[in-house]
Amino acid sequence: MDFIPLDYATLRLIWWLLLGVLLIGFAVMDGFDLGVGALLPFVAKTDSERRIVVNTIGPVWEGNQVWLILGGGAIFAAFPPLYAVSFSGFYLAMFVILFALILRPVGFKFRGKVEDTRWKQTWDWALFVGGAVPALIFGVAVGNVLLGVPFHFTPELRPVYTGGFFALLTPFALLAGLVSVTLLVAHGAAMLVIKTDGPIADRAARYGGIAAVAGAVLFALGGVWIATEIPGFRIDSTIDGALASNPLHKTVSREAGLWMANYAAMPWTMIAPVLGVIGALASAWLLRMRRGGLAFIASGTSIAAVILTVGFAIFPFLLPSSTMPNAGLTLWDASSSRLTLWIMLVSTIVFLPIVLAYTSWVYRVLRGKVTESSVDDTPNAY
Amino acid sequence: MIDMTVVELSRLQFALTAMYHFLFVPLTLGLSLLMAIMESVYVMTGRDIWRRMTMFWGVLFGINFAMGVATGIVMEFQFGMNWAYYSHYVGDIFGAPLAIEGLMAFFLEATFIGLFFFGWKRMTKIQHLVITWLVALGANFSALWILVANGWMQNPVGAVFNPDTMRMEITDFVAVIFNPVAQAKFVHTVSAGYVTGAIFVMSVSAFYLLRGKHRDIARRSIAVAASFGLASALSVVVLGDESGYAATEHQKMKLAAIEAMWHTEPAPAGFTVIGLPNQAGQHNRFEVKIPWLMGLIATRSLDGEIPGILDLVERAEHRIRGGQLAYAALERLREDRTDVAAREAFDQHWADLGHGLLLKRYREDIFNATEQEISQAALDTVPRVAPLFWTFRIMAGIGFYLIAFFAVAFWLVTRNRIEDSRRFLWIALWSLPLPWIAIECGWFVAEYGRQPWAVEGVLPTFYAASGIALKDILISLAGFVIIYTGLAIVAAKLMIAAIGKGPDVLAPPAHDGAPAAIDDVVPPHPGDSDRLALDALDPAPAPRA
Repeated sequence: MDFIPLDYATLRLIWWLLLGVLLIGFAVMDGFDLGVGALLPFVAKTDSERRIVVNTIGPVWEGNQVWLILGGGAIFAAFPPLYAVSFSGFYLAMFVILFALILRPVGFKFRGKVEDTRWKQTWDWALFVGGAVPALIFGVAVGNVLLGVPFHFTPELRPVYTGGFFALLTPFALLAGLVSVTLLVAHGAAMLVIKTDGPIADRAARYGGIAAVAGAVLFALGGVWIATEIPGFRIDSTIDGALASNPLHKTVSREAGLWMANYAAMPWTMIAPVLGVIGALASAWLLRMRRGGLAFIASGTSIAAVILTVGFAIFPFLLPSSTMPNAGLTLWDASSSRLTLWIMLVSTIVFLPIVLAYTSWVYRVLRGKVTESSVDDTPNAY
Repeated sequence: MIDMTVVELSRLQFALTAMYHFLFVPLTLGLSLLMAIMESVYVMTGRDIWRRMTMFWGVLFGINFAMGVATGIVMEFQFGMNWAYYSHYVGDIFGAPLAIEGLMAFFLEATFIGLFFFGWKRMTKIQHLVITWLVALGANFSALWILVANGWMQNPVGAVFNPDTMRMEITDFVAVIFNPVAQAKFVHTVSAGYVTGAIFVMSVSAFYLLRGKHRDIARRSIAVAASFGLASALSVVVLGDESGYAATEHQKMKLAAIEAMWHTEPAPAGFTVIGLPNQAGQHNRFEVKIPWLMGLIATRSLDGEIPGILDLVERAEHRIRGGQLAYAALERLREDRTDVAAREAFDQHWADLGHGLLLKRYREDIFNATEQEISQAALDTVPRVAPLFWTFRIMAGIGFYLIAFFAVAFWLVTRNRIEDSRRFLWIALWSLPLPWIAIECGWFVAEYGRQPWAVEGVLPTFYAASGIALKDILISLAGFVIIYTGLAIVAAKLMIAAIGKGPDVLAPPAHDGAPAAIDDVVPPHPGDSDRLALDALDPAPAPRA
């Protein structure tokens, strides 16, 4: 391993950051698709309007969804225990997400294939579910990460999860789910203001503005709850970022307010929650002003900041355990080997800029408003 | 103890969702490349009909692609959902190719697929052609990385077990990528996809020719598909042979099970063409054998010996005892990481650790396993022979049939007689399901033949499963069956409807106010690009009665 220029601890820290980058990439890129899906029944009243809305994201949603696939793959590759515990522990929630996501590709592709009102309404409903449900569950999942998840390990490191599906739906987790839905709806609304005109843009601006304000309020409420009541976790034993990944060699304590410890120790990190609130409020105001592009940047900033807020709060935890706190997963003891992290880092450095370059080229080619005539004029439009 | 019902249901769900996903993948692989070839002809010759062909097959491609995407996400998530210990145990190696697949391949394919459909009027001809090739390239890169991952499950190279982390860790990534099993499987699998695309295009075109409809498009499509299909069908069988050769070296039990070879035969072993394998009696009834053939295929020599199933069971028993020692040393290491004697014992036996884990099915403290449990665990290393024996023969039979089929098709095309051969057109139409049957059989052989291992010799399947509740797996399994059945019906109906509408509706000829990608059509110059070699495949329509 002498050829790897970075030590293990640094690589782990870089991958913690890259995990954040990928999650933000997913939330910002696929997030507006989910938001547009969730807005579909509200902003489009006629079939022609619905068709326009679907075609605003039609050409790009597939590429955006790869952020989710890449995020899953990166968690698998860089933090295998996190992938193992969270995906099996949240089993039914994951299944519901999959169910909703399965509806999306077929919903897009199939809705325009048959000229029948009921057929189209069915797939429009599928697209709504495919947008709203994952947005909600991803937020609920993040809420549960903050609360800690009931799991432990056998000595062979077999994960054992002792919770159930409905236990995930605590008031705090649902609040987190609503933060996710409202912010993604605001984000999707900004995209609709960019890409459409007339009544669709009017409605999108109205509902998006309401959602953004609600998102800011709910997010702030969640922050207060975290600061006062929700127990956080802290590693009490000494941390050595160069040790082999085994989550069973540390001691962890749990008490209310601990999730604020990082913010107290490093006050500059407060910029994340502050931007989370300001971004959402700014996007509400910009939607009102019909500045779609700026509103999109504002809501995107807010979403990124919300993800960073959670990351900063729980650092160095990835997934705390509520039933056996010592088994909680941290970036220091739940990562891949040094060599795998290095290989993945090199791949990311090589390919991610290429991905970003051609993605932006695609958006440039597809620029311009989507209207009834532009949809009619596009072969293969949905 | 591990709940075997949950394990069996998890296996069933993974098998169903994977085989269902792979109904769509091969067509994506083959059709994307065929469309890229057609569009290349369009750009080279400027003939509008080749654009219409690309667009028409593109519509069918799109329905298939949507299904592939919908079912593909499920595959990536299921490793963590249903195979949590697998994810922990080998994620260090297995996760990387999956993530790189997303980064390098699927991003490319999925980002440009939107432009392929929506960009016809927004780009120049060349730009759109590049997009189409990038989609095809992305699909093929995807297959590469997925098969690197799968190849590692068959032949786990370049990794060791780390007692500190209780998992396999990578030591040599280059070995993982250039794993001979993975490389052979990659070319075998993508070639099978190309064959599927070629058959699909031939069958649909044959249908049109039989009806006397869309002859201009159907005839050209058949010409492309016949030559492409012949090359691909040859490649499938040659690389299938390469896979078999790789299995001789790395997966002896799978090979012996496929051949229902219970006992080691003197070299060169005979090939059992057909017979009735009897698992309990460990022999075959009604065998028809070709002497020497098996030894020649599998060892490429006259003196290479292929071990039979019962010999391999004996070897497995030996390794299980080694695995017990490795596990005992591992337990001591867990208590005291500095125990030098335990470390030495572990280093000596670690390669057998996986075999030791086979005993976990019978008891937790595997070091105290009884003789009977050890011999039972050794017998567990034998997959069920009859299903493997038969699915392999179905796959190989279809493979050889398809070579003959494409050879005839190619001959008819070059003679310009395909339209007159109604019998062949009927055969082409009814050959449609064959590549899918062969491919599903092939995956069955590959994965069922690997049992009882999730990772050959490293991690038993039952030990790899998540400890989820029985009701959870029942809910998800029922859910998948319902939604997948519904989607299959809808997709099939849409596909048939699209074929019924035909290219005139879905890809109408260029007209006034034609889009940019069509505007710059090169006016045909006599004796110029118009008369490329392709015209051999593209004769002027002959007047017919």
